Amino acid sequence: MLQLPLVVTAQVDLLLVLVSLLAFWTRLSHLNYPNAVVFDEVYYGQFVSLYMKRVFFIDDSGPPLGHMILASGAYLGGFDGNFVWNRIGAEYPSTVNVWSLRLLPALCGALCVPLVYLLTLELKFSHLSALGAAVLLLLENSLIVQSRFMLLESVLIFFVLLAFFSYLRFHNAPSSSWSRYSWLILSGVSCGAAVGVKYMGLFSYLLLLVVASLHTWKLIGDKTISHMNVCVQSVHRVLCLVVVPVLLYVFWFYVHLSFLNRSGPHDQLMSSAFQASLQGGLSRITRGQPLEVAYGSQVTLRSSVSQPIPCWLHSHKVNYPIRYDNGRGSSHQQQVTCYPFKDVNNWWIIKDPGRQQLVVDTPPRPVRHGDVIQLVHGMTSRFLNSHDVAAPMSPHTQEVSGYIDFNVSMPAQNLWRVDISNREAESEVWKTILSEVRLIHVNTSAVLKLSGVSLPDWGFRQLEVVADKLFKAHSSSLEWTVEEHRYGTSQEQKEREAELHSPTHIDVDRKISFWAKFVELQWKMLTVKQEESEHKYSSSPLEWITMETNIAYWLHSSTNAQIHLIGNPVSWGVANLSLLAYQLLAVVYLLRRRRGLKDVPDGVWDQFVCLGCVCVGGWLVNFVPFLLMDKTLFLYHYLPALCYLYLLSPALLEHAHTHLLSSVTHQRALCVGALAVLLSIFLTYRTFCPLTYGSPELSAHQLQGLKWRDTWDILYRRR
Amino acid sequence: MAKAECTPKWNTLALRNRKTCPTPEKSFQTTFTPVSKDKNSQTAGHLAGGDTQSSNGPSGQFLARESIESPSKVLLMLVAGLSFSTRLYMITEPPHVCWDETHFGKMGSYYINRTFFFDVHPPLGKMLIGLAGYMSGYDGTFPFIKPGDKYENQNYWGMRGFCATLGSFLPIFAYLIVLELSNSCTAAIIAATLLIFDTGCITISQYILLDPILMFFIMAAVLSMVKFNQQRYRSFSASWWLWLVLTGINLAGALGVKFVGLFVIILVGLNTIWDLWRLLGDMSLSLVDIAKHFLARAFALILLPVILYVTIFAVHFVVLNKSGPGDGFFSSAFQSRLIGNNLHNASMPEYLAFGSTVTIKNLRIAGGYLHSHWHLYPEGVGARQQQVTAYLHKDYNNLWVVHRQQDNNSQSGNPDLVRHGDIVRLEHKETTRNLHSHLHEAPLTKKHFQVTGYGINGTGDANDLWQVEVCGGRKGDPVKVLRSKVRFLHRATGCVLYSSGKTLPKWGWEQIEVTCSPYLKETPSSQWNIEDHINPKLPNISLSVLKPNFLEILLESHIVMFRGNSGLKPKDNEMNSKPWHWPINYQGLRFSGVNATEYRVYLLGNPVVWWINLASLGLYLTMVAVASIATQRGFSLGQQRIEHSLVLVRGGGLLMLGWLLHYAPFFTMGRILYFHHYFPAMLFSSMLTGLTLDILFRSADLLLHPPYSYWFQRAGQLLLLFSILYSFYLFHPLSYGMTGPLAHEPGSAMADLKWMDSWEF
Repeated sequence: MLQLPLVVTAQVDLLLVLVSLLAFWTRLSHLNYPNAVVFDEVYYGQFVSLYMKRVFFIDDSGPPLGHMILASGAYLGGFDGNFVWNRIGAEYPSTVNVWSLRLLPALCGALCVPLVYLLTLELKFSHLSALGAAVLLLLENSLIVQSRFMLLESVLIFFVLLAFFSYLRFHNAPSSSWSRYSWLILSGVSCGAAVGVKYMGLFSYLLLLVVASLHTWKLIGDKTISHMNVCVQSVHRVLCLVVVPVLLYVFWFYVHLSFLNRSGPHDQLMSSAFQASLQGGLSRITRGQPLEVAYGSQVTLRSSVSQPIPCWLHSHKVNYPIRYDNGRGSSHQQQVTCYPFKDVNNWWIIKDPGRQQLVVDTPPRPVRHGDVIQLVHGMTSRFLNSHDVAAPMSPHTQEVSGYIDFNVSMPAQNLWRVDISNREAESEVWKTILSEVRLIHVNTSAVLKLSGVSLPDWGFRQLEVVADKLFKAHSSSLEWTVEEHRYGTSQEQKEREAELHSPTHIDVDRKISFWAKFVELQWKMLTVKQEESEHKYSSSPLEWITMETNIAYWLHSSTNAQIHLIGNPVSWGVANLSLLAYQLLAVVYLLRRRRGLKDVPDGVWDQFVCLGCVCVGGWLVNFVPFLLMDKTLFLYHYLPALCYLYLLSPALLEHAHTHLLSSVTHQRALCVGALAVLLSIFLTYRTFCPLTYGSPELSAHQLQGLKWRDTWDILYRRR
Repeated sequence: MAKAECTPKWNTLALRNRKTCPTPEKSFQTTFTPVSKDKNSQTAGHLAGGDTQSSNGPSGQFLARESIESPSKVLLMLVAGLSFSTRLYMITEPPHVCWDETHFGKMGSYYINRTFFFDVHPPLGKMLIGLAGYMSGYDGTFPFIKPGDKYENQNYWGMRGFCATLGSFLPIFAYLIVLELSNSCTAAIIAATLLIFDTGCITISQYILLDPILMFFIMAAVLSMVKFNQQRYRSFSASWWLWLVLTGINLAGALGVKFVGLFVIILVGLNTIWDLWRLLGDMSLSLVDIAKHFLARAFALILLPVILYVTIFAVHFVVLNKSGPGDGFFSSAFQSRLIGNNLHNASMPEYLAFGSTVTIKNLRIAGGYLHSHWHLYPEGVGARQQQVTAYLHKDYNNLWVVHRQQDNNSQSGNPDLVRHGDIVRLEHKETTRNLHSHLHEAPLTKKHFQVTGYGINGTGDANDLWQVEVCGGRKGDPVKVLRSKVRFLHRATGCVLYSSGKTLPKWGWEQIEVTCSPYLKETPSSQWNIEDHINPKLPNISLSVLKPNFLEILLESHIVMFRGNSGLKPKDNEMNSKPWHWPINYQGLRFSGVNATEYRVYLLGNPVVWWINLASLGLYLTMVAVASIATQRGFSLGQQRIEHSLVLVRGGGLLMLGWLLHYAPFFTMGRILYFHHYFPAMLFSSMLTGLTLDILFRSADLLLHPPYSYWFQRAGQLLLLFSILYSFYLFHPLSYGMTGPLAHEPGSAMADLKWMDSWEF
């Protein structure tokens, strides 16, 4: 029965509300200023544009979720992808809704502040500490800068904090309540999201797994719980914290791949089969091609080594020079190379050695694994040949040529055996695009391959093709796939040339499964190495701790207004101090406990350890990996690690206040000190605000005053 | 503590005697029982690591030892015999240089000839090789030019035999280590057998290489450490000290051969920290005792190895006192030590003058000479002008001519000295281009400007002018050859000539980048000295270069070695081995011979052994997981089971840690990697296999009833032995040489054995 009066009791943590409001205010106000491309927006922007146009791309910097989040912001703002991201500082046209582009990262950045507040509470520290942590985060200039633009760090930090918060919520909840599992699921989901935004999220995820498995280990040791219960609980944890994130990770790729279905600039990095699954591009060419390669087929052969650019087996009416620069001789026969552009000279005709004709029979006789063929160059009718002559650039391998009989007792050796290396997965029959084929020279059992070296000027700087006797197995440089393919119909050379020049025709498209695409894409993302070079603002990880460098994000095109990634130096110092203090304290505690001297009660010790695991551990996993990387690194890579330290500082202070200081005077002194530090943090925040928000414009003199360190790069405009 | 309880226990023990290895088995039980007794009595076994042998007073241990000794001695002799015979068999075959013998044999010869050279590894291994060669009558004259060169009449057997002898100790050490860790001679025998009959271990021990020496020291260090651990209840006794000091000595040896020795140092370090932690928790020890323990370890495991290591280098520098191929890697001061180097008792014009031909060396350690060559910077890298780099080798392209700002004919007349503040033009002698800089970003260090060679026959532009500045000098000071630190300030842009130390990509021939830095701080990277100085118009004066002291030499040679190591980057074309290839024995290394007619040796592990090792790693993890969950969950286990799980967790844990430490770091290394880098890890893995399989067989009684479980155990051991022996029989040609057609060709004797496509024998 309805009971009257109808009462709703709500408890609102006003502090929480207050810091949240402040966070929204600092992160979201004047979001569309500056109305120009700021720093890495130029990088992420191009992917957003490609999303809007549904054009396929690969970005090796991270999994697709981050880009998708940015793109969804753009989508909500009605961005159509028509903007050329080519230069930092370029003005956005009025058609681009800058506010919506930057909204989602800024929201995530703002939500980090209340999350830190809640997380401190879950670590079982007081509301005051929570407030301290939130304020540290709130007034950190670098975090504000990083949140306010179309960048991904704030999103990553948000998900990582959310994962830890929800996991600890789950852990702290009474074990009877079932609703706590929703927290566990949330934790798993945010882990999946964190890893999906940036690979760096992986390390935080691993840390969370370690913490969770320690807790589970305790659970296993708890003999008051039945075996059954332990099993069920463990399985739940594995499901939520391992299976869910992995599935989610794959799901991001699923969305990514099903969304981006048009061919684009990065097509050529992918295999032919992958490319054929995209609209336009290769699929437009290959649609309607006959599937099975037959005797008389006209084909282009693409090398499987797709790095950095694809190339096709090629020949042209130029011979190898009789003598190379280093004095070695050649066969002086026609050059065979690998050419990175589509060209009519890339066409080859597959010929049965036993017969003369170059047209396809009806019905076509398909080529199978193990068959011996000859390859005839379409335009010059030379046979693909190899012999015991040293190749031009790689003298330990055999030269490959288009055979010309100079009558110098150098007989034609133009038989090649077809070896389909993926015949288990595909079929014995040579198929267009799908089959990966090795061409093994019958006379010498050398394999046709790309040496990876480009020829000098006499070879038009095309790539060298050789036959290598050493059977280096499983090296993908040996494989070739048929890309363009048609059945030859004309026996006459002239007709055939005309035929080769005509474009190929149209029909159904072939599908490869999502898993194959996922694996290929993931592999490419992890292995594609871009030429790493130093950037003007790049820095080394050890410089981050002391904030030796800053990054200029944006400079107004005519005035001195500028935005820099500079942290709040005072908070930065506080963070470093607390890191040191924690480690010292932990060592002292540990040694003394080992000798049986318990300085703090067990409950407090557990709390202290948990704090260390999450905060110091979090800092370590987000910092140490960078020391081992040889990527170009920037100051903003340090921000996730920094957040953990901001979490640590107030908690440590509280610990000192309640457990280390006994006399009231000391405690008071500590409080006053903390207040003074907070005040100075606020003042520094105010001081650096012009560089954080890009307004107001400062005079050169004022800017000089902000150059607190000699190594900072602050720009002045000469007037 | 529980000493009193030991004695009565022993009698009851004989009952639980199982028959694998009758006599020792009994004694193992003896050593262990009191432990389990302990375990039960102290419910929470919190003094982890401490109580394994806590009740083994001197008397108990002595008794136990005595009864182990006879059969395990027999087995030990057997292991030693087999091990030596497999390693020394056909030691002189093939009678030509194999693989890296070309390096290490050559370096051994350098020691005999006392010629200075440079290598990326510390000197001990090569010194020992040289010593072995010297003792066996090798005279150091064989040039070791390339693999495949015939030795003819040279006495090379001594060096090979020395390496093989050290290699033969590996199975013996493995036997002893596993015996010590598991107290089961079955486990020890399994481990030793795996190593004795592994073709990879045989091959790598048989040639003049650093690896057998390195592995000898690694295993010796682990053995001494394990022995030391057993001495923990006889603190500060003679044997305690012996093993402790031996550990330290072997650590120094391992590090002295290759930097990989660092991993075993970490292993020992962790073990020591763990040990100290245990001592710290032992309330019966006073803090003074603990401090003593700490100091003893600090002395034996830190101080002693450091002293030995430094001594090795001291010997190295004393022995090698003649100029040789390694000179250019080192600073001018260093080179002046070497007899035969042009800087040794150098005689050249004392002050730099216009018109002189000079080489200019960067002061950063391993900084290189200012160098240029005909090649241009590639497109997209700054202006397409001639490259200027820093190069470590002595070369004609390192020569520069100092000119005045304008005149090209400063050769005529009496040369003027170059003084602080003078403007000079540096012309590259070979290509007649001027040293030039401009406002393009440098190829790698984007914050700096590009330095190029520009102009023809010395005619360039205003960007070719550099101001000479002597560090700490005043206007008008002359530039002393060799002794002045000089900076070159670019007139037009105000930047300073700088060597960044980064290696250029292939287009720059992997030489070192030279830039012009706008940051004017004085660092060695921006300071240069004039090394060679040729000016016929000036009198040569004998110059004494400041001799560096030993610590400077030591530091310098280390920095040069580390640079060299990180400079060994994989080339694009070369097939390089990836760490994940190694445990699965994916691909071997060709030691000798390529073609069918040649005598071929192929470094590849015995696949059966290696795959057993791999499987055992998984098995070990599973067994430990099961055992520790069972313990954590508080299932009541039999005494024997508890012993097993202790051996698994402690002994196995140590070996697992060793394996990880010797394997995992390679994943993060940027340098070029080879298959043979896995061998130290493989030793740990084999020992772990011995321990794991032994316990697996013994745990058969979990599933089967007594007589069957015993049969199972025996059958398993026999099967294992048989499969190892048979596979060794199959694969022994890999080590002892094959001739005839290659395995992928029909008609080869090895055709059926090419189980993986990637093997190339």
